Amino acid sequence: MKILYGMQQPDEGTITVNGDQVTFGNPADAIARGIGMVHQHFMLADNLTVLENVVLGAEKLHGIGAKARTKIREISDAYGLNVRPDVLLEELGVADRQRVEILKVLYRGAKTLILDEPTAVLVPQEVDALFANLRELKAEGLTVIFISHKLGEVLSVADEITVIRRGTTVGTVEPKGTTPKQLAELMVGSELPTPETQESTVTDVPLLKLDGLHLTQTDLDGVERIILDAISFTIHKGEVLGIAGVEGNGQSELVEAIMGMRHPDTGVVTLDGVDISHIPTRSRREAGVGYIPEDRHRHGLLLEAPLWENRILGHVTEKPNSRGQLLDIKAARTDTERIVEAYDVRTPGIDVTAASLSGGNQQKLIVGREMSHAPKLLIAAHPTRGVDVGAQAAIWDHIREARREGLAVLLISADLDELIGLSDTLRVMYRGRLVADADPATITPEELGSAMTGAATGHLEHTEDDAR
Amino acid sequence: MKKLTQRIDKERLLLGLAAPLLAIVAALVVTALVILATGKNPGDAFSDMVTYGSASDSQVYILNKATTYYLAGVSVAIGFRMNLFNIGVDGQYRMAAFFAAVLGGALTLPGWIAIPLIILCAMATGALWAAIAGILKVTRGVSEVISTIMLNSIATAIIAYLLQPGKLAELQSGGTIVSTEPLPHSSYFFSIDTGPAGVLWGFIVIAVLVGIAYWFVLGRTRFGFDLRAVGQSESAATASGVSVKKMVATSMVISGAVAGLIGMPTLLNDSHQFSNDFPSGIGFTGIAIALLGRNNPVGIALGALLWGFLERTTNHLEFQGYDKEILGVIQGVIVLCVVIAYEVVRRYGLKRQQQRVGAELAAQAAATKKQEVA
Repeated sequence: MKILYGMQQPDEGTITVNGDQVTFGNPADAIARGIGMVHQHFMLADNLTVLENVVLGAEKLHGIGAKARTKIREISDAYGLNVRPDVLLEELGVADRQRVEILKVLYRGAKTLILDEPTAVLVPQEVDALFANLRELKAEGLTVIFISHKLGEVLSVADEITVIRRGTTVGTVEPKGTTPKQLAELMVGSELPTPETQESTVTDVPLLKLDGLHLTQTDLDGVERIILDAISFTIHKGEVLGIAGVEGNGQSELVEAIMGMRHPDTGVVTLDGVDISHIPTRSRREAGVGYIPEDRHRHGLLLEAPLWENRILGHVTEKPNSRGQLLDIKAARTDTERIVEAYDVRTPGIDVTAASLSGGNQQKLIVGREMSHAPKLLIAAHPTRGVDVGAQAAIWDHIREARREGLAVLLISADLDELIGLSDTLRVMYRGRLVADADPATITPEELGSAMTGAATGHLEHTEDDAR
Repeated sequence: MKKLTQRIDKERLLLGLAAPLLAIVAALVVTALVILATGKNPGDAFSDMVTYGSASDSQVYILNKATTYYLAGVSVAIGFRMNLFNIGVDGQYRMAAFFAAVLGGALTLPGWIAIPLIILCAMATGALWAAIAGILKVTRGVSEVISTIMLNSIATAIIAYLLQPGKLAELQSGGTIVSTEPLPHSSYFFSIDTGPAGVLWGFIVIAVLVGIAYWFVLGRTRFGFDLRAVGQSESAATASGVSVKKMVATSMVISGAVAGLIGMPTLLNDSHQFSNDFPSGIGFTGIAIALLGRNNPVGIALGALLWGFLERTTNHLEFQGYDKEILGVIQGVIVLCVVIAYEVVRRYGLKRQQQRVGAELAAQAAATKKQEVA
């Protein structure tokens, strides 16, 4: 996709747009040819209005004033995007932001749209709305390339599906007459992994107890915002507690509070009977907290450091990485080789930088690292985001295996199937509060989704007529 | 698989050497053009530099200069390794040298006690002066760039105030130079007499030890790992359990302590007193040398030697009728080229490695697939 959008040059092969063979030196070339990309991570400025965000970098097209506003309205109406040009971006939710991104691309005259994992951050209802938008675009004669790991979505929205595995096209199919299972087999080359946990391993020994966690933050305008409000829960040994929620409802802050990277105003965190509310991050890690961060580039890796140094990161005080105050480089390297082997990290060696690995392999390295220190508690934030299906299955397996041995897991994910499949207990987080709980054995993603938007609270009961 | 790792390593080494070489070649070209523009022959100038620079007395001079520059480079590099820009090395070493000279002049102890005391005093002064900037950054979020620049000016003012007859200094017999009380002979650091070539300062031994310590602490200890982690990614370091604030304060103090050593070769081996002509501005030289040496202990040594060589030889050029500003031109161009070349080479290297790893994995995948088919 980077090649198609001009961000990277191909070694060989050709791109043909509307019958013309083209080469893209940079994204501008691609835009000139009518190819636009909506990235997985939005590229928008929070403190600008929608209008300003859209015209940013495209001022030459229709200016920055009334003409641009009219044009935006025009596009918005034509494709049913429902975008209001004068709203500040920070007031918009994720789904609205995504529509702004799409509009931004259309505004630049794109005739071919590339959407990279557009549904990863959306709840099911929002996904349906997005699909309606996409069908609208299609009806207007635009081409949409929709990249997703989620098979059901691809089947429901696409006219033609191309499966790519490890950099090569393995097949092109029609969605009609293709079952998710067949598609999955094409993707992994074998059986589709499901995140279903087999038998319950929940014990009655509490491992992590949160009591009345409360966190406020004063934003730039001096307004005090409540980030976390009265968060209390207990995770037992061998239990996976899943937290569902649209991103930005306090999940990241909750994780950071448990890790000691943020300091809650009130509340007690107890790990295995010991109060860890006031000890530093390093001591918490040493006490047996494993951490798979939601943003591996920001919090999990030193991108320009070799793999073996990344293996040390976060566990520099523990064996085999150090003896006393000194690093034990030899042991750390040997252990990195072991992790690479055991967790199937695909790399030519342990001296390459972390940045040169693919996202899935980076994630496997992080999982391997965190699991290698026999954690009592694993905090897994979006452990399989942006990871290919094969690696996803492997990561699920590792979590399940550790859970059998008494590991407590706090799982935060935007992938509702993953949450339902892996968790023993489910909670829904909305605006910094745990507003609902559900039994993963019976709940459906749609029911969970409605609670995530704040529409339902309390104990979610599965109702038969709501089943899909 | 092993082959690829080796290849990448070899490549990395080549890329590492490519940047400074590129910079120096570019600097030579620019300098040649400048000399040409003044109507002189650059070839003659360069050959004069080489012959004069390789004379034995020049070698001793260069080594002595490089000793000071090396310490300055290491001091700056400690900050660089964790993304701290300690511009205040200059003020730190001058404050340190001044107070160490005052202490040294007042002491009447045997040398084996006095010398360590003087050195410790210098390191402590440098550390304290740097700690001000560190504490301001940690508690109030003041950028270390701003605070250290201001601390440099304050240091200049304090030294000017105290370096007056009747305060902590005295007027020398000549009547033009004001200095602190000279150190007693017992407090001179040992030096090596190389005969006609001159006297090699013994402090070079300390500089080498500092270099080794720098390499060891950064590369082989937990502390060094944490420090480098902060430098590479503050967020990842925080998540890994490093207290970034504590690290900022600590590294600032260490950088300042090493900065305290910068004035010591001059004080203990050469001038034996702090006077109003004590060398200044070496802290800024240190920035250039740390950049040139890529914060690598050996690289910094090469940078320091190059700087000493340039100074020695361009001084001589002046007697040959060339303009003395040539030195500034060469140094400036080298630093500029180095910064640009490193960034270019770094990005190129990172991209290239990504491509190679991708290509290698694709080849592996293709190979296993063929086996499956067969």
